[in-house]
Amino acid sequence: MRASGVLPGREEVNPVESRPRAATAITSGGGGVSADRVAAFIIKGCASVAIVSLVLIFVFIGKEALPVLPVVGSPDVREEADLGKMFLPGEKGYGWQPVSEPPRFSLLPLLVGTLKATIIAVLTAIPLAVAAALFTSEFAPTWVREIIKPAIEMLAGIPSVVIGFFCLMVIAGWLQSLFGWNFRLNAFSAGIGLSLAVIPIVYTMAEDAFGAVPQAFREGSIAMGASTWQTAWRVVLPSAAPGLLAACVLGFGRAIGETMIVLMASGNAAMLTFSPTDSIRTFSATIAAELGEVVVGSGHYHVLFFIGAFLFVLTFLINLAGHWWIGKLQRKLQGAA
Amino acid sequence: MFRMACLLSACIALTMAVGCGQSTPGSGGGSAKSKTVTIKGSDTMVILGQRWAETYMNHNPGITVQVTGGGSGTGIAALINGGTDICAASRPMKDKEREQAKAKGGKEVDEIPAALDGLAVFLHEGNSLEELTVAQLEDIYTSKVTDWKELGAPAGKIVCYGRENSSGTYAYFKEHVLKNKDFATEVQSLPGTAAIINAVSKDARSIGYGGIGYAKGVKVIKISSKTGEKSVAPTMENVVSGTYPISRKLFFYTIGQPSGEVKAFIDWTLSEEGQKVCEQVGYYPVAKK
Repeated sequence: MRASGVLPGREEVNPVESRPRAATAITSGGGGVSADRVAAFIIKGCASVAIVSLVLIFVFIGKEALPVLPVVGSPDVREEADLGKMFLPGEKGYGWQPVSEPPRFSLLPLLVGTLKATIIAVLTAIPLAVAAALFTSEFAPTWVREIIKPAIEMLAGIPSVVIGFFCLMVIAGWLQSLFGWNFRLNAFSAGIGLSLAVIPIVYTMAEDAFGAVPQAFREGSIAMGASTWQTAWRVVLPSAAPGLLAACVLGFGRAIGETMIVLMASGNAAMLTFSPTDSIRTFSATIAAELGEVVVGSGHYHVLFFIGAFLFVLTFLINLAGHWWIGKLQRKLQGAA
Repeated sequence: MFRMACLLSACIALTMAVGCGQSTPGSGGGSAKSKTVTIKGSDTMVILGQRWAETYMNHNPGITVQVTGGGSGTGIAALINGGTDICAASRPMKDKEREQAKAKGGKEVDEIPAALDGLAVFLHEGNSLEELTVAQLEDIYTSKVTDWKELGAPAGKIVCYGRENSSGTYAYFKEHVLKNKDFATEVQSLPGTAAIINAVSKDARSIGYGGIGYAKGVKVIKISSKTGEKSVAPTMENVVSGTYPISRKLFFYTIGQPSGEVKAFIDWTLSEEGQKVCEQVGYYPVAKK
C-alpha cells in the first residue's frame, strides 16, 4: 500500500532523494553523470531551504519567547509575566487583560477558546469531508466526481479572510436567528467558519487515501458477494485508515492555527467557559490583534511570542502523535494483509 | 519520527544558544526620504488623515503623505522604533512611552492636538433607550448591569461590543468611562469601529462605542455626565464647548519639534483649511489656542 502522506514536507524528502540516485545508477558510465549531480544538488538545495527556514522561524520565535521562562528568562520581563502568571490562577482568577494595571496574562481562557473552536471545526469538517470523499471515490459516477472534486478543492483557494467575512456577515446571523443565542459571534459560528477551511484539506487527502486502496481489494470483496456499500464501508474504509488519520491530523493543525476566520467570527472575548455558544478568543487571533501594537521588549510582547512558540510546539506534538499512530495502523494493516 | 524529534531538540538547543546572546533587535534609522511624510497610528484617525493627505497633496504636488492605521499603540510603537515621521494617536502618550521615545530618538516627543472627537455610544436602531449616564456605561461594560430592563428598556441580555486593546478608543474608554477598571470578559472585541457599527446594526440587544464619524445605521445615544445632569448628543457645539462628557483630543506626535516637510504638513492641518477638512469627515476643530 502506498505510504499515506502526513506532512507533505517531510514525506517528500525520500522520493526526492532516491530518484536522482536511481538515475545515476542507470546512466553510470555514460555522459550524464555530472548533469545528474547538478540536478541532485539543486533538488537537495531546495529541500534544505525549506528545513533551514523552518529552523530559523523556530529560533526567532523561541528567542523572543525565552525571557518569560524560568532560569534563562530576564528578571524585568518575568516580573510582569512568567509561567505562573500564565497558567496559575491570579488574585482575580483567570483573565487575559494585557493592558490592565497590573496586566493579567492568563493563557487558560485563550487555550480553552482555541480548543473549543478547533474541536467544533474538526467535528463538523471530518465526517462531512470523509463521507464526501468516500462518495466521490466509491459511489459517484465519473461525471459527478468531476464536478464535486474540483468544487471542494476550490474551497481551499478561498482566502480565509473572505471565509471569515462571510461567517461574520452571514453565518453568524443565520445561527443567531435560528437558535437565539446571546452572543452573535461565538465559538460555534467560528468553528463552522473554520470547518470551511478544514473540509478541502481533509477531503483531498481522504480522496487520495481511498484512491490508494488497491483495486484488487474491491474486486475481491465484490466477488465474494458483498454489495458496493459493504465493500466501501468494511473494506475500503478500514484499508484507508492510515491515510484518513493523516488527513485528520493535518485538518486539526489547520484549524488550530487559522487566524483570520476566528479573528472575525469568534467575538474575541476571552471568556473561560465551556459553552460552545459563548464568545471566545483564540491564541492565533490574540497574536494577530495585539502584536502590531505592543512595545518591543515589554512583558506583553514576550508573552505573545511565547503563545506563538506554545502553538508551534502544540501542533508539532499533535503531528508527532498522529504520525506515530499512523505508523502503528500501517504496521497492523500490513501484518493483517 | 526519531529524526523529527532530533530536529526539534536541535531547534531548542539552537534557540537557547542564540537567546543567551540576547540583544535588542531593530535599528533606529527612521528618517524618511526627503519628500515623503509618513503618518501611522490611530484607526480612528485614518479617514481623517487620508482626507488631509489628499487635500494637502493636491495643493503641494511633489510631496507624498502616506497614512496607515493599526491603532494608536501601533503608531506609538512605530514612532519609538523610528518607523514613522508622525504618529497619529487618539490617546495621550503614556510617560513610559515618552521615556522610551526619548531614549531611542534622543529628543523629547512633541504633542500636537490636531482635532476633537466625540466618542459616540451606539445602540441598535430598534432600541427604545434615549440616554445613558457615564456611570451606567461603566456598569454595562464592567457587567454590573447585564439586562436592558435594569436601564428601563425592554428586557434582554446586553451584548457589549468594544475595540481591541491596541486601539486608542479602547484606552480612552477604559480610562474615562470605566475609570481604569478592566472591561468585563464578556465584552467582545472587534477589529475596527466599522465592524462595531456593523455588529450593532445587526444585533438588537447590543451596545458599542466608537468615533462619531462612522455612525450609520445605528442609534447614537445622548450621554450625561451624571444622573440629573442634562444629557447631550455628540454634536459639534457640545464637543467643542466640552459639555459632551466623553469627547477627546486626537493628537499628532513627532520626535522633537517638527521640521521641514513634516512641520509644513502639520501647520497646514491646523490652519483654517485643514480644520475645515476634519469637520467634513465628522470630527471637530480643536478650539483656538
